[in-house]
Amino acid sequence: MTNEELQAYLTGEFSKAEVKLGKQYVEILVQAADLHETSVRLKNEPELSFDYLFCLSGVDYPETMQIVYHLESVKHRHVVVLKVNTADRTDPKVDTVSDVWRTAKYHEREVYDLLGVKFNNHKDLRRLFLDDSWGFPLRKDYKDEVRIVER
Amino acid sequence: MSEIKEIIISSDKIHTDQYLVNMGPQHPSTHGVLRLLVRLEGEIVHHIQPHVGYIHSGIEKMCEAISYPQVIHLTDRMDYLSAHMNNEAVALCVENALQVEVPERVKYIRTIMDELSRLASHQLWWCVMGMDLGALTTFFYGLRDREHILDIFEETCGARMTLNYSLPGGVMFDIHPNFQKRVKEFIKEFKKKLPEYDQLLTGNVIFQERTKEIGYLSLEDAIAWGVTGPAGRGSGFSCDVRKHHPYSAYPLVQFEEKLDTRGDTFTRYRLRIEEMHESMHIIEQLIDNIPEGDYAVKMKGVVKLPEGEFYQRVESARGEFGVYIVSDGKKNPYRVKFRSPGFSNLFALNKMASGHKIADLVAIMSTLDLVIPDIDR
Repeated sequence: MTNEELQAYLTGEFSKAEVKLGKQYVEILVQAADLHETSVRLKNEPELSFDYLFCLSGVDYPETMQIVYHLESVKHRHVVVLKVNTADRTDPKVDTVSDVWRTAKYHEREVYDLLGVKFNNHKDLRRLFLDDSWGFPLRKDYKDEVRIVER
Repeated sequence: MSEIKEIIISSDKIHTDQYLVNMGPQHPSTHGVLRLLVRLEGEIVHHIQPHVGYIHSGIEKMCEAISYPQVIHLTDRMDYLSAHMNNEAVALCVENALQVEVPERVKYIRTIMDELSRLASHQLWWCVMGMDLGALTTFFYGLRDREHILDIFEETCGARMTLNYSLPGGVMFDIHPNFQKRVKEFIKEFKKKLPEYDQLLTGNVIFQERTKEIGYLSLEDAIAWGVTGPAGRGSGFSCDVRKHHPYSAYPLVQFEEKLDTRGDTFTRYRLRIEEMHESMHIIEQLIDNIPEGDYAVKMKGVVKLPEGEFYQRVESARGEFGVYIVSDGKKNPYRVKFRSPGFSNLFALNKMASGHKIADLVAIMSTLDLVIPDIDR
């Protein structure tokens, strides 16, 4: 599907989500409660079949932590960006999608490690790169008194 | 300690004959500082838990404090063997965001440099692949040929590995007057040398015994684990960004995406060798036709991206490399995320190597072609 067709299709199918056409890709913003259900449908519906998760990132915005999933369908070759905002910025929680796309298991561990987002139902949520004593360095309010030089 | 306990408990019953071995962080076949916690029974691998982060350098955090042209200089410290592809990804992302159209000459130069980088990277991979399996000679053959490419890089931009050649708006310098001549000489030479690789290693019976039907990865698993590059294509996963989302001069050239469905170590090996032929084929189509013109467009002194999110995918030597930039309109990015191919590829290792002998684990890891700074960032 082209971006416009995909946008129209997703708007019709996912009534609770907010679908818009971004600069490059179609973006779909869902509520945290609907994330898992939406993921399963995005992957399993034959018209969509988004089976390849190629990027999972977390972004720290002033009010919320946003988790961004870049998805591609190997069969149809269309791309969608799935986004979810967490309710709480300081103690963010969101459902895991590691049972939908297996590679998410480690990408979610990375997000937990660097941003402190907790993924519900994740089987193995431990820090990935850093030691337990570190804070969450990609948060905007993170201060490293020892190493960062203020200009 | 907790994770060791967990691995032991996670198996359905207690195996008194199984034990845990730390492979790495200084094991020669991990090609860097990577630790694999391997659960073994005799010499059969039952489970692998990779531990990463020994050289995590916080590149994504550093990017938030510097300007876009400066980000380029950090990217080639990640995957130092695909330095030019990483540079190009950020350059393209910034150009797309600002809607800057680069001259045709730049596209040609970038594509040629991409393919030369891919050749150099695959040559080094081939050297160490043989060496991991105990064949030291391959190391000398591969490095002999790689030197020629590094010399061309040095003449073009002064650096041999961390090139810093692509910038937003073009490339840093025009190509050296000798560039075309030397590249053509190298291609002519390497066309004769590449069959030697097959004679030396590919046809070797011991090598084939150790790689055929070892480390099988199914198509479904390759997609689910996001395994890209030659490793994914060896399982039949059509994931070549150059084909599906072409950039620079790739729409202008003819080349084949090498695919195979056998999914074993030998297939992944063979596809990389075939990719070297394809890379030379791409360079041959471009090298004589580099259009005249500027090597860069004039950019503003301070590069500011409009507010929004930008994503750029490129095909590095190891697979799909992506850069995701969130901009708030200032001169430095709000958030930069690098999607590194090695990260996703590494975690499929457990799937591939479980059930095989520990010596096969080394061969399987070799065909994933891991570069650790790329994983740790």
